[in-house]
Amino acid sequence: MNQKISIAADLALEPEYRVHNFRWLRKNPTLAVGSVMLIAMIVIAVAAPWIATHDPLEIDPMVRMQGPSTEHHFGTDAQGRDVFSRAVWGGRVSLTVGLSVALLASVIGIGLGLIAGFFQWADGLIMRVMDGLMAIPGILLAIALMAVTRASLLTVIVAITVPEIPRVVRLVRSLSLTLREQLYVQAAHSVGTQLPVILIRHVLPNMMAPLIVQGSFVAASAVLIEASLSFLGVGVPATIPSWGNMMAEGRNFVAVAFHIILYPGLLLAFTVLSINLIGDGLRDALDPRLSRQL
Amino acid sequence: MAYLLRRLLATFPVMGVVAVIVFMLIHLSPGDPAALIAGDLATEEDIANLRVVLGLDQPLIQQFYIWLTRLLSGDLGVSIFTQVPVSQLLAQRLEPTLSIAVLTMGLTLILAVPLGTLAAHQAGKWIDRCVMVFSVMAFSLPVFLIGYLLIYTFSIQLNWLPVQGYSRIADGLWPWFLSLVLPCTNLALVYIALVTRMTRATVLEVLQEDYIRTARAKGLGAIPVLMHALRNAAIPIATTIGVGMALLIGGVVVTETVFAIPGVGRLVIDSVQRHDYPVIQSVLLISAGVYVLVNLMIDLSYRFFDPRIQY
Repeated sequence: MNQKISIAADLALEPEYRVHNFRWLRKNPTLAVGSVMLIAMIVIAVAAPWIATHDPLEIDPMVRMQGPSTEHHFGTDAQGRDVFSRAVWGGRVSLTVGLSVALLASVIGIGLGLIAGFFQWADGLIMRVMDGLMAIPGILLAIALMAVTRASLLTVIVAITVPEIPRVVRLVRSLSLTLREQLYVQAAHSVGTQLPVILIRHVLPNMMAPLIVQGSFVAASAVLIEASLSFLGVGVPATIPSWGNMMAEGRNFVAVAFHIILYPGLLLAFTVLSINLIGDGLRDALDPRLSRQL
Repeated sequence: MAYLLRRLLATFPVMGVVAVIVFMLIHLSPGDPAALIAGDLATEEDIANLRVVLGLDQPLIQQFYIWLTRLLSGDLGVSIFTQVPVSQLLAQRLEPTLSIAVLTMGLTLILAVPLGTLAAHQAGKWIDRCVMVFSVMAFSLPVFLIGYLLIYTFSIQLNWLPVQGYSRIADGLWPWFLSLVLPCTNLALVYIALVTRMTRATVLEVLQEDYIRTARAKGLGAIPVLMHALRNAAIPIATTIGVGMALLIGGVVVTETVFAIPGVGRLVIDSVQRHDYPVIQSVLLISAGVYVLVNLMIDLSYRFFDPRIQY
C-alpha cells in the first residue's frame, strides 16, 4: 500500500508522464479489455428493463429452483423468480454503489487530505482520526455502520464510503506535502494568489493521475463490499434485487440449485475484474517506469 | 528498549481514537439510539426503560467516561439480546475464528513468499504470468463465490470433505483439520495474492542491486542468490502481511457465513440483526486491537531482518 502511494507521489511531480492522447489504448491491452468489459456491464445495467425477460420481483411458485432453460436463461430461484432478470437488474445496484462510493470517498478524501497537507494545525488531528479508522477492518466498520442505520441504498453507500476515506486522505496528504514545495506553487503564493485558487488551479490538476488510479481501486473494492454486506444480510434491503442478496437467498440450496449463486457471482466477478483491470491499466499507462519494472 | 516503549506509547492515541469512533457510532446515527436498539416492535415504555438501563439518559461525556472506565477494567458489557456478558459470548466463539485465522496466515506464509520469489526469478516467463493472472483474479473473485465453488466441487460433487460446519479441537484433531481445509483455502486465496504480488515486486527490485550482480559473478547458484535477495526484501513483505491483516479479519466474517462456522464473525452478523450493540462494539475494539498489535510486532521485527536499523 505504501509503495503504491509513494509511486503515485513521484508520478505527480513529472508532468511529462501525463498522457494527453488515446494512443495508450492500443499499447495497453489491460486497460482496453477492462474498459470494454465495464462498458458492456454498464450497457446491460442501463438497458435492464429491455434486456430482462421477466419482472425481477415476480414470484411464480410453479417454477421453483429450475435449472437454466430457454424460458429462464439462468434458471429460477427458490421463490420461482427469474434469475437472469434479477441478475440484470442487480447490476444497477453494484454499479451505482461502486461509482457513488468512489466519488464520495474521493471528494471527502481530497478535502480532508488537502487540509491536512496544507494546514499544519489540522494535520495531526486529521491523521490520528484516519489512523484510528484504518485500524478497524473495513467490512467490520461498514457492518457496524449498517447496524445503527436503517438499511437502504443510501446508507449502504455511506457505510462503505467511511472506511474508504482514509486511503484517499493519506494519498492526497502525501501528494500535498511534495506539491507544496514545488516552485510553481511557491511562485503563485508569492504573487499573492489566494490559497483556494492555488489548490484548485495548481495543486489539484497535478494530483489527478494518481487520484484516478486510486479511485478505480476504491470503486472495485466498494462493489465487492456491497455484495458482501448484502450476502451477509446487512446490506441493501432484501426487496431490491442485488447480486449479494441473490447469493444470500441461494445459500441454502447450494446442493440442489447451484445456479442461483453461480450466475450473480460470475457477473459480480466480471464487474470487479473489469474495474481492477482498468485500475492496473491506468497505473501502467500513467507511469511507464512502473510498467517496465513490474 | 527506549524505542520499544515509544512505539508502544504511540499505539495509545490510535486505540483512543478507535474507542471514540466505536463509542460515537451509535450516537452519530440519525434517530434515537434507544429506539434503534429496542427494534421496531418496542413500545414507548420499553424504549424508556432501555434508555435508563443503557445509561443513554445521561450526558454524552459522562456516558463515555463510564463506558471507558469499565472497558479499561476489562468489562466489555452485557449483551442486550442474551443478557450474557460479552466476554463470555466471545470466549465461546473464539476457537473457530482463531483456528481459521492462524491456519490461513500459516498457509499464506508457506505459499506466498516462495511463489512470489519464483515469479520474480522467472520474471516475464510463463510461471510469472500465471502468478500475475492468479493474483488479479483472486482480487476480483468475491470470497463467497470461490467458497461455494469449493463446497460444490469438493464436498458435494467429489464428497471428499465435510460440506459445512465446524468440528472442535476437543473432538479430535483430524475432523477439526478437515472442517477447516476449505474455509482456510478460500480465505487464503486473496491473502496469498496480496503477499505474492508484493514479494514479487520487492524481490524483483532487489535483484537489480549491485550486490546481487556480485553474488552471481562469484558463482553463487540461483537459490542462494534468491535467499540474499529475500532477506533484503523482507521488510516491505512483512509490512504487507501486517496491512493485509485487515483483509484477513474482514474475510473471516464472510467465510464463516459461507461455511456455517459459529465463530466471532457469525456472532457479529447475528448481533446486527438483533441490534445487540455492546457485542458489535466489543468485536470492533478487539479486532482493531489485534490489528494494531500485529502491526506493532511487525514494526519491531524490522530489526531482526535488518540489524543495521537503529531505533
